[in-house]
Amino acid sequence: MDNAITNILLVGVGGQGILLASEILSEAFMLAGFDVKKSEIHGMSQRGGSVVSHVRFGKEVFSPVVPEGEGDILFGFELLETYRYLSLLKPGATVVANDYKIAPPSVLLGQAGYPQALPEKIKAKFPDFLLVDGQGLALQAGDVRAANTVMLGAVSKRLQIADAVWQQALEKMVPKRALEINLKAFAMGREL
Amino acid sequence: MKEILSGNEAIARGAYEAGCLVASAYPGTPSTEILENVINYKEINASWAPNEKVALEVAIGASFGGARALACMKHVGVNVAADPLFTASYTGVKGGLVLVAADDPEMHSSQNEQDSRNYAKFAKVPMLEPADSRECKEFTRLAFELSEQFDTPVMLRSCTRISHGKSVVELGERVSDLPAPKLVKDAPKLVMLPGNAKVRHPLVEERTVKLSEYGDTAAINRMELHSGEIGVICAGVTYQYVREALPEASVLKLGMVWPLPKNLIREFSTKVKQLFVIEELDPFIEEQVKAMGIACQGKGLTSLCGELSPGRIRDAFVKASIIEAAASEAVTVEPVPPRPPNMCPGCPHRGVFYQLNRANAYVTGDIGCYTLGFMPPLNAMDTCVCMGASISMGSGIVRALPPEEQKRVVAVIGDSTFLHTGINSLMEMAWNKAPATVVILDNRITAMTGRQENPASGFTLAGDETSEVNIPELCRVLGIKHVRVVDPYDLDATRLAIEEEMNRPEPSVIITNRPCCLIKGAGRFEKGKILEVDQGKCTGCKACLRIGCPAIEWKPNPDGNKGKAFIDPQLCTGCTVCQQLCKFNAIGGRK
Repeated sequence: MDNAITNILLVGVGGQGILLASEILSEAFMLAGFDVKKSEIHGMSQRGGSVVSHVRFGKEVFSPVVPEGEGDILFGFELLETYRYLSLLKPGATVVANDYKIAPPSVLLGQAGYPQALPEKIKAKFPDFLLVDGQGLALQAGDVRAANTVMLGAVSKRLQIADAVWQQALEKMVPKRALEINLKAFAMGREL
Repeated sequence: MKEILSGNEAIARGAYEAGCLVASAYPGTPSTEILENVINYKEINASWAPNEKVALEVAIGASFGGARALACMKHVGVNVAADPLFTASYTGVKGGLVLVAADDPEMHSSQNEQDSRNYAKFAKVPMLEPADSRECKEFTRLAFELSEQFDTPVMLRSCTRISHGKSVVELGERVSDLPAPKLVKDAPKLVMLPGNAKVRHPLVEERTVKLSEYGDTAAINRMELHSGEIGVICAGVTYQYVREALPEASVLKLGMVWPLPKNLIREFSTKVKQLFVIEELDPFIEEQVKAMGIACQGKGLTSLCGELSPGRIRDAFVKASIIEAAASEAVTVEPVPPRPPNMCPGCPHRGVFYQLNRANAYVTGDIGCYTLGFMPPLNAMDTCVCMGASISMGSGIVRALPPEEQKRVVAVIGDSTFLHTGINSLMEMAWNKAPATVVILDNRITAMTGRQENPASGFTLAGDETSEVNIPELCRVLGIKHVRVVDPYDLDATRLAIEEEMNRPEPSVIITNRPCCLIKGAGRFEKGKILEVDQGKCTGCKACLRIGCPAIEWKPNPDGNKGKAFIDPQLCTGCTVCQQLCKFNAIGGRK
C-alpha cells in the first residue's frame, strides 16, 4: 500500500507526560519525512482524568483521530488505562504498557477494587505485548519523571525510524536541563 | 520551514503573518492556547480581557484605529460577546477584524454544544472553517484580508479536534506593507445611531450576496471529484473524516461556511447521483441546500449531538445501505472503574465544599475547577449554568423560597469568574437585598483552563507585574456590608464563617484566600511536612476519605478485617485538611 497509515494511541492519566511523549513521537515522524497528525483532548481531563492521545503518520493523513478498531500500537502509561482502551486496537496490534498503577476515585474510596491480573488479560488478547518497569528504569536513568521517555524508547524499536532522528526529536522537544537523563532513559527503553 | 503546530498555534502564527497588531481573549477550552502563543510574537499587543465581550470590544477599537485585530473565545464566549458582534457587523472595520470561535462538539469541557455557524448567519458576517493546522494558519491570514476587502468582521470557526489537533504547517513571513494605524473620524460608519445604522443595514445585506459570489470561485471552496455516485458537502474536521471514511466519494470541501457558495453547490449537485451533507451538530448547510431546492440527505444519517468520526460516518452510510460494511473483528474488554477528573491534592477548594455539604447548603455553582465540587464524595453543587450565573441564580432562588429555605442558598464562584460576569450579579444581589451567601473561591488565578492571569492576579498575559483588583474592597463598593476573608485550609474557621453567614438574613460574601496549589511556589506548604497515616492509630473510620483527596487511598485489609487509610507521599502537599478530619490523631507530619 502506498498510503499505509500507522495509528498510535498513547493512554494514561492526566499529568503523566502523555502530551510531551506524543509530541516527541510526532516530531520524529515529521523529521523522518512523513505526514503526521496528532489529536488529544485536554481541558477538564488534565487533572487526574483518563487521557488518550492519537498520533497518525503516513504519506497523507486525513483524520486526526484514529478510527475505532484501527489502532496499530497502544502505548500505555498506566495499566488500567492501557486495558480501558484496548477496544481501539485492531486484532494483532502491539501493546507496550508501563507496569504502574494509579487508583481511580472509586478505588481510592474503597468502593471498587483495582482490576487484577491486567498484564495477563492484555497478553491474552494481544500476544505482542511488552510490559515495562517504566518508573524503575526512569529512576535508574536519574529521574522518575523520565518514565514516559523510557516508554518512548521501548515503542521506538517497533517503528522504522533511524536512531539519529529520535535523537534530533528529543533534543528539540525536551528541556535542556532534562535532556541528558531523557536520552539515557530513551536508550534504556530502546534496549528492551 | 516546516513545523508541527496545533490548530491554536497555527491561528496565532496566521495572525502574526497577517500583520495583526492587537489581540484580546478570555481563556476558554479549546481556544485558550491561541493567545498564549500570540504573546510570543512581540509585534502583537496581546492581553487577557475579563470577559469575551470586553475582548471583542478591545479588538473592535483597535480595528477602528486601523490595526488588524484578533479576538478569541470558546463557543459559549460568543454568547457573551454577541452584543458588540452584531453591531460591528453594521459598522464594518478599518483594520481587519477577526473573531475566532472554538466550538466543542461532544462537550469535552463545556456546558453545552452550540454550533457557532448560526452566529455567523445571525450576525450576517462571513465564517471560515479550517480543516487542519495548515488551513488554520492560511485561513487566519485570509480572514484578515477578507475583512478589509468586504468591510466586515470575519469569524473563524474551529472545534476541539482542530484546536487541539496537530499537523504539519509551512511557516511564512509577516506582511510588512500595511498602512500604519491612525485616528480617522468617520461617524456615519462608526456611530451606530438609528439614522446611521439604517444606512448601514442594506450594505450588510449586499455584502452577504457579494461574499457568496466570492465563495463560488474562491480557492478555499473546492470540488474534489472522484465517483459520480456519491457526493458529500462538508467542512472543517468533518472533511478529514469523510475523506477517510468514504475515499471513493466526490467531495465539495467548503472553507467558507457562511455565506454558502450557492452556484458552486448547484454545480456540484449535478455531478453526483446522490448528494449528502455531513456536518457536526446542526443541519446548518443541509437546510440551506434544501432551501435552494436541491435534494440531499444529511441529519437523517448522523446525529445532532456530539462529534462525528470516520467510524461514525462509515457506520451511518452502511446502516443506510449506501455502502457495504467491511469485515471487522472488534476487540472487547470488561468494564473497568471510570476515571473522572478530580480537584488536585492540596486544592484549597476541597475543605470549603466539604463544609458546604455538612452545612446542608443548596449551592448555586459556576464555571471553573470548583465545578468539580459536584463530584462525589463532596457532592456540594446543585446548579451550574454559565459564567457568573451562580450569584444571580442564588439571588433569584431566594426570592421564591420561605425564610428557612432561603438560609440554605450559597452561591460559589471563582475569582476569575467573579471578575468575568459575577460583578454585575453581585451588584444586583446587594441592590435588591437578596439574603443569600456568596463564597468567592479566590485562588489568585484562572485555574481551570491552565492557570491564566486575571485582573486580580497581579500579572498580565506577558507576565509583567500590574495592578490587582482588591476583591474584598470591590464587594464592599458594590454594596455588600458583610464581607469576610477566611483560610480554606482551616476547616473550623471555614465552617464557622459559612454557618454564620448562612444564618444572616442579608447578602454576605465570604472570600477564601489560598492560591491554587499548582501556582509555582504555592504547592508545598512547609517543605518536608507531608502527612502520613499512623497505621497503629488508624481505626478505619474512613472520615478522611470524605474529602475525596487523590492522595488518600483506602487499603482493604487482606485478612478481611477493616482496612486502613494510606497517604501517597508523592501526591500529598501537606495541606492538613485530612488531618483536621481525623478524630484519632492518626494523621501526622512526616519528615
